[in-house]
Amino acid sequence: MNNYPAIVVIAPLLGAFFAGITAWVDDRFTYPIALTALGIALAAAVNDLFLVLSSGPIQYTMAGWMPPMGIEYRIDGLNAMVLVLITGIAFLNLVASFKNVAQETPDRTGAFYVMYLLFVVGLLGVVSTGDLFNLYVLIEITSLTSYTMIALGDKDRGPLSSLNYVFIGVIGASFYLLGVGYIYIITGSLNMGDVAGMIPAMSSSSSLLVAFILCILGVWIKMALFPLHVWLPNAYAYSPVGFARVVAPLMTKVMVYVMVRLMVTVFGLDYIFNTLNLAQGVVWLGTFAVLAGGIMALSQNNLKKMLTYIIVCEIGYMVGGAWLGNTLGMTGAILHIVNDALMTFALFLAVGNMVYKLGRVDLNDLSGLFGKMPWTMAGFVLAAFSIVGVPPTCGFFSKWYLILGAFEAGAYHFAAALLISSLICAVLFFKVFEICFFEPMAEDHGHDVAEDDSGHGHGKDAVAMEEAPVSSLATLGIVSIALIVVGLYSGTIVDKVILPFLK
Amino acid sequence: MTDFLPLIVAKYNYWLYIILMMIGLYAMIVKNNLIKKLVGMNIFQTAIILFYVSIGYKRGATIPIIQGDHSGHGAEAIIKAADYINPLPHVLMLTAIVVSVATFGVAMALCVRIYQRYNTLEEDELRMRLSEKKI
Amino acid sequence: MKLFGFIIVCLTGGLLLYGTGELPDWGDPHSPASIHLSNDYIEHAMEQTEVPNLVTAVLADYRGYDTMFETAVVFCAGLACFLLLRDFRPKKEYYYRHVPTGVVLHVKNNERQIAPGKEFEDVDKDWVPSDTIIKTVCRILIPFIQIYALYVVAHGDFSPGGGFQGGVIFGSSFILLAISYNLKTLMKRVSEKFLGIFSAAGVLVYVGIGAFSMVLGGHFLDYSQYIPFFGEHHIRALGMLGVEIGVGMAVTAVMAIIYINIVSEGRHDEGL
Repeated sequence: MNNYPAIVVIAPLLGAFFAGITAWVDDRFTYPIALTALGIALAAAVNDLFLVLSSGPIQYTMAGWMPPMGIEYRIDGLNAMVLVLITGIAFLNLVASFKNVAQETPDRTGAFYVMYLLFVVGLLGVVSTGDLFNLYVLIEITSLTSYTMIALGDKDRGPLSSLNYVFIGVIGASFYLLGVGYIYIITGSLNMGDVAGMIPAMSSSSSLLVAFILCILGVWIKMALFPLHVWLPNAYAYSPVGFARVVAPLMTKVMVYVMVRLMVTVFGLDYIFNTLNLAQGVVWLGTFAVLAGGIMALSQNNLKKMLTYIIVCEIGYMVGGAWLGNTLGMTGAILHIVNDALMTFALFLAVGNMVYKLGRVDLNDLSGLFGKMPWTMAGFVLAAFSIVGVPPTCGFFSKWYLILGAFEAGAYHFAAALLISSLICAVLFFKVFEICFFEPMAEDHGHDVAEDDSGHGHGKDAVAMEEAPVSSLATLGIVSIALIVVGLYSGTIVDKVILPFLK
Repeated sequence: MTDFLPLIVAKYNYWLYIILMMIGLYAMIVKNNLIKKLVGMNIFQTAIILFYVSIGYKRGATIPIIQGDHSGHGAEAIIKAADYINPLPHVLMLTAIVVSVATFGVAMALCVRIYQRYNTLEEDELRMRLSEKKI
Repeated sequence: MKLFGFIIVCLTGGLLLYGTGELPDWGDPHSPASIHLSNDYIEHAMEQTEVPNLVTAVLADYRGYDTMFETAVVFCAGLACFLLLRDFRPKKEYYYRHVPTGVVLHVKNNERQIAPGKEFEDVDKDWVPSDTIIKTVCRILIPFIQIYALYVVAHGDFSPGGGFQGGVIFGSSFILLAISYNLKTLMKRVSEKFLGIFSAAGVLVYVGIGAFSMVLGGHFLDYSQYIPFFGEHHIRALGMLGVEIGVGMAVTAVMAIIYINIVSEGRHDEGL
C-alpha cells in the first residue's frame, strides 16, 4: 500500500516528539533528528509528486474509514507541488539556520527545533488534508507555533506584536470555523469532495453565501490581505531569523493555497464567478493591496520590515489573480505561490546572513556590504531581480500570466497595478543596492558586539571579507539557482501540474 | 412582525450565539486592557462552541451513548438513529475547546512576558512606551 | 475606535444573522446535519468499533487523526509556555527560614548560600505558612482526585470521559498540591525534566500507535492491524484506550507545565 501521503506529515511529527524527549537528555541530538525527519518528509513529498504526475491523484484514508466518515488525504498535482515546496524550504532553512538559532536562542535551541518541526507539520497537514475541520485544527497548530516563535525574537517588541497576531489570528481562524459550521449545517458533511458534490444544488442559499464569505474572510485575515494585514509586518520583522526565513515564505503562501483549494475544489469556480457577483470587487481589493503594499514598503527604513511589506504586496498579486475569473489568472496565482515562496525565501536567507553579521539591518547599516559579503549580496540581487520581474528569473513568468489574465478579464487596473508595483520594487531594491555598493563602510560598522572579540579593524580601505557561515551561503546558492531553473521550467509546471488541476 | 417572531423563537440558538459572539468581538476590538481582550477572545470562542453544540441537538433524542446490550449482531441490535443526538459536533467541539484553551495559555504567557518587560498591560501605555523607545 | 469597533461588530452580526435565515430550526430531527453523516455514525459505530460511547468512537477512531493533532496542539501550548517564560538565570536573592525560631534570613550574596536542611528551609519572598487544615484536606483529597482521573481515562469508552478530561483532572491534582503547599513541594515530586519528557512521550504514544499500524501494513491509525497481538475481541476499543492513555499523559504534564511556568513567571522558585 502507498503510505507516502501520510509519511510526509507523520515523519516531522514523530521527529518533533523524539526531539522533544531527547532535548531533555542532550540538546545536541535535536538538530540531527529534526534534519532527518524533514529529509524523510522531503523524500516522501518528492515521491508523491512523481506518483501524482504519473498516475493521477492519490487518495489516502486515515484509519481506513471511507471519506465522509473518516478523514481523507487527497493529493493532486497542486498539493504535491506545494508539499515539495514546503518540505524543501523547511529542510534547506534548517540547514542554513543552525548558527542563527544558536546565536539568537542559545539556551533553548532544543525546544526551538521541536517547535519548528511542529510548525512545518501544521503547514504540511493544511496542504494535504481533504477535510474541512482537519484543516482548521492544522491551521491552529501553525498559528500557535508561530505565535510562540515570533515572541522569541525581538525582546522589546516581539511579545507585543505576537499578542496582536494572536488576537487577529484567533478572529481569522474562528471565522473560518464558523464558515465550516454553516457548511456543516446545510450539507451535513465535512469532507471537501462530499461538500463539493452538494453545493451546486443549493447555490441560491443565503446560508451558503455566508459560509463562503466567512471562510474566505478567515483565510484572508490569516494571509494578511491589504486592509487585514496590520499584524504581519511587525510579527515577521521581529521574529528570530531562523523562523522568519520559514514563516515569511510559507505561511501566507499556504493560506493562498487554502483559498485556491476552497475556491476550486470546495465551492467550485462556477458558483463563485457565475452565481456571486463578488469577483470584481475582490480584484479591486487585490489592486489596492498591491499598490498599498508597495507604497508602504517604500516608506520603510528597515530592510526586514521593507520585505514584509513586499509580502503584503505579493499577496495582492495572488488574490487578485485568483479572482480574475479566468484560467490564465488562476494559473498565474498558483505559479506565483511557488515563485513567491522561493523569492521570499532567498531574500530572507540573504537578510538572515546580514543579521548574523551586523545585528541590525536598518538601511544605513548596510553600506559597503557588497565588499564585505559578496556572495550573500549576489543571492540578494538575484532574488530582488526576481521580485521585480526581470526575465529569466521565475518572478517574471508568473507576472506574465497574471498580466495576460488581467487583460483577458478586462481588469486593466490590476494590470496597471502590477506594472507600477514592479517599478516600485525596482526603485526600492536599487535604493538598497546603492547603499550597499557605493556608500563607503563606516568606521564602527555595525560591529558593536563583535568587534571586541574579533579584534581586526574595519578601516575604510580594509575590506575584510566577512561572509556568513558556509551552510547558509550554500543554501542561498541552491535557492538562487532554483529561482532561475523554476523560471525556465515554468511552462512545464503549468502544463503538467496547474492546468490538469484546473481542468 | 408576525413573521419575525416565530423566526426568532424557532432559531433562538443562533440568535443567542450571535449576541454572545458580538460581545466577545466588541471586547476584542475596543478594550484597552490586554487581559480584557483575552476575556473577550474567550467569550468569542465559547460562542462558536455553543453554536456547534446546538447543531447537534435533536428533539426527542438523548446523549450519544448507546444504551442496553447491543453487542450481539442479531435482530435486537438495531439502533434507531432518531434516539440519539448527533455525536459529530460534540467531537469537533472537544477539539475546538482544546485549541482555544491552548491559545489562551499561550496568550497568557505572552501577557506575562509583556508585563515583565513594561510593567503594564494597558495598550495605550504600551504604545507610548514603544514610541518613546523608538528615538 | 469605539464606534469603529461597534460598526464592525454590527456588520459581522448582521452577516451571521442573514446566514441563519435558511438554516433548519433548533433541534429539527430532519436537518441535513442530523441525517447525512450522523445516522451513519449512530447506526454503525457500535457494530464497527464496539464502543457504546459514540463521542469517543468518533473522536478516537473515525476522526482519530484530528484528535492526534489536537494532542499536538496541547503539547505545543506547554512547549510554548516553556519557551516563552522559562528563565534560566540564577536567582539573585535567597530567603531561608530558621525552622526552630521562625526567623527569616535574606541572603543577597550568591557565595554565602545556606544548605537547606533540618535547621534551615528554603522559602519564598512572600512566604506565608500554609494552613494545617488546608494542607490536611488537600492531602486527603489528592489521591482520590488522581484515582478518579484514572477512572475517567479508562472509562471513556463507556461513559462520558476520555483522555483530555482525565488528563485535566489529574493535572488539577498537581495544581492543588502546588496551591495548598507551595510550588517547591510540587517540583520536588515532579521535576521539570520529568514533565517535559512525559508530555512528549504521551503524544508519542498516540502517534506511535498510528505509525506502527502503518508498519504492520495498514493505514495510519488503523487499530485493526493490532489483531495479531491482542486478538480480535474489542480490538478497536483497545486501540482507543491506548491513544486515550497517551492523551491523558500529555494533558496531565502540559497542565502542570503551563501552571508552573505562568505562576512563577518561568523562575520555578515561588508560586502564587
